Amino acid sequence: MLELDELSVTYRLESSDVPAVRGVSLQLAAGEALGLAGESGSGKSSVALALLRLLPRSAVVGGRVMLDGEDVLAMKWGRLRAVRWSSASIVFQGAQHGLNPVQRIGDQIAEPLLVHRQASGADASKRVRELLAQVGLPAWRARSYPHELSGGQRQRVMIAMALACEPQLIIADEPTTALDLMVQAQVLTLIRKLIADHGISLLMISHDLSVLADVCDRLAVMYAGRLVEVGPSSGQFQHPYSQALAAAFPTVGDPASRLAPRGLPGDPPDPQQLPGGCAFHPRCPVALESCATSDVQLRASGADRAAACVLVGE
Amino acid sequence: MLEATDLHVEFSGRGGRRARAVDGVNLSVGAGEIVALVGESGCGKTTLARTLLGLERPTSGQISYDGTPLSYSGRALRAFRREVQLVLQDPMGSLNPRHTVYEAVAEGPRIHRLPDEEAVVADALARAGLRPPERFFQRFPHELSGGQRQRVVIAGALALDPKVLIADEPVASLDASVRGEILSLLLRLRDDLGLSALVVTHDLGLAWNIADRVAVMYLGRIVESGPTEDVLKDPQHPYTQALLSVLPESPNRIVLTGEPPDPTRIPTGCRFHPRCQLVAAGKGTEACTTQPLQVLPATTAPQVSCHVADLVGRDRK
Repeated sequence: MLELDELSVTYRLESSDVPAVRGVSLQLAAGEALGLAGESGSGKSSVALALLRLLPRSAVVGGRVMLDGEDVLAMKWGRLRAVRWSSASIVFQGAQHGLNPVQRIGDQIAEPLLVHRQASGADASKRVRELLAQVGLPAWRARSYPHELSGGQRQRVMIAMALACEPQLIIADEPTTALDLMVQAQVLTLIRKLIADHGISLLMISHDLSVLADVCDRLAVMYAGRLVEVGPSSGQFQHPYSQALAAAFPTVGDPASRLAPRGLPGDPPDPQQLPGGCAFHPRCPVALESCATSDVQLRASGADRAAACVLVGE
Repeated sequence: MLEATDLHVEFSGRGGRRARAVDGVNLSVGAGEIVALVGESGCGKTTLARTLLGLERPTSGQISYDGTPLSYSGRALRAFRREVQLVLQDPMGSLNPRHTVYEAVAEGPRIHRLPDEEAVVADALARAGLRPPERFFQRFPHELSGGQRQRVVIAGALALDPKVLIADEPVASLDASVRGEILSLLLRLRDDLGLSALVVTHDLGLAWNIADRVAVMYLGRIVESGPTEDVLKDPQHPYTQALLSVLPESPNRIVLTGEPPDPTRIPTGCRFHPRCQLVAAGKGTEACTTQPLQVLPATTAPQVSCHVADLVGRDRK
């Protein structure tokens, strides 16, 4: 369905080049849900934007993005426009800004339908009603403006838009960030149901591993523009960074985390000043001397799992 | 130490309706105690925190500090604000981008005309984990990482040598791997300096990480409170049970329908009844829709405000 081969994204700034994504290879099978986790500056959102070529002009994209056997990076503009929405669509974070404040919800959902000539006039409004029902909103909401909706309802509208042209792949970038716990649970339940009902593939991006593990079959963890681990979401993490990230979201009731918050010293690195060797070594609790100088690529570590650390596998 | 008694805070809302943001709350924070005030947006937790800081005047009820009711005269408020300090979320928004770290931390000591300003600032930065402090004096917020900025905000609060910190979502805008260090800092400040803290958050994991006690707020009232282990491992209120059930690891989800309700239209009877999963399942009583509940007192023992909470407990055993 989706295959990334050595994807790289470099932002050309006046003063220097910023390597945001440094060679990411991933496969996503049809009907599969893959979670991409990472912190600010890890490059996870750049990956999402690169998939549909939504990056600004200053970004130089390398590698290949194969969507259903077609190279997205080599597509002509017209073909790319057809692919967006109808083959793959994207749900952004921050439902406040993704919607046009002065246009009714129904018209916004109908827009991709009309643009892609999948429906016209009365058909389009019928489809809008169907889509609203699918995301759990009443049909009369089509006449509402975004400010009349709550954050959770706006996020549902964004999901309805993404579903409008029946894509095979949905890319969801932090779809529940900034939502309340209960509303987040409602939206996650909806996403889970929709991908199961329609057999859609999902690439979900978040800083919150626990949310990803909840929805996705497999998880990929990014750090400093690289994948440091890929594996089934049910298994144990092998890479010390993934382990630390998982521990940062404690399980309520777990005696090990009671009055013992866990994190890492320091901050995620600035992509402009990446440390040498393994980019994680300055914060790594188990770093060896060699980690400061030698970098490690992803390597197999157990069934269906790969991690980029000298201490795993082999 | 810091206590709210029968606190009500109302605002006039749209269309002249009164929003009862805080609608009868008793809450105390003891010396050296960390209390987590948990709730969804719109539940009134931030208004309650602001009122505890003296930034908002209660419509009725009172705030007392060390047993003395808070007076809203300028001089009394100034003295109070040395003792009870606010730590804001979003350090990028709460730090002035044109002020150096030194100026940001020195602001409080200057307002309160403390002697030995430089020593005070250096000491506060060091306590907040920015060492050596002199290295940070001339830095600007944009030169710092998110975690460092949050430490500067905490240092600004510590510079006045307060007894109580009120922290509103202290780690919400931080990267996951950085959160742990900031939360550890709050625990260390409690252990080393005996600081009390009220941490306002929607994050139950955070409460589990650092709080001695948890108070769960719903629509202007505290609906359940008690020691963290009791409330989070054995919740009695259906709302607390639902909140915990939607955490990713939990097996049986209770996803409440609807949105957090509107403080201008508080339901009759139990204010939670329109969303209550027990009422929806026919396990409620008539009282749920007709009888208002008593306001919970400010005790530290586990307590719950629910007509059927005892039944809930029995059901589960």
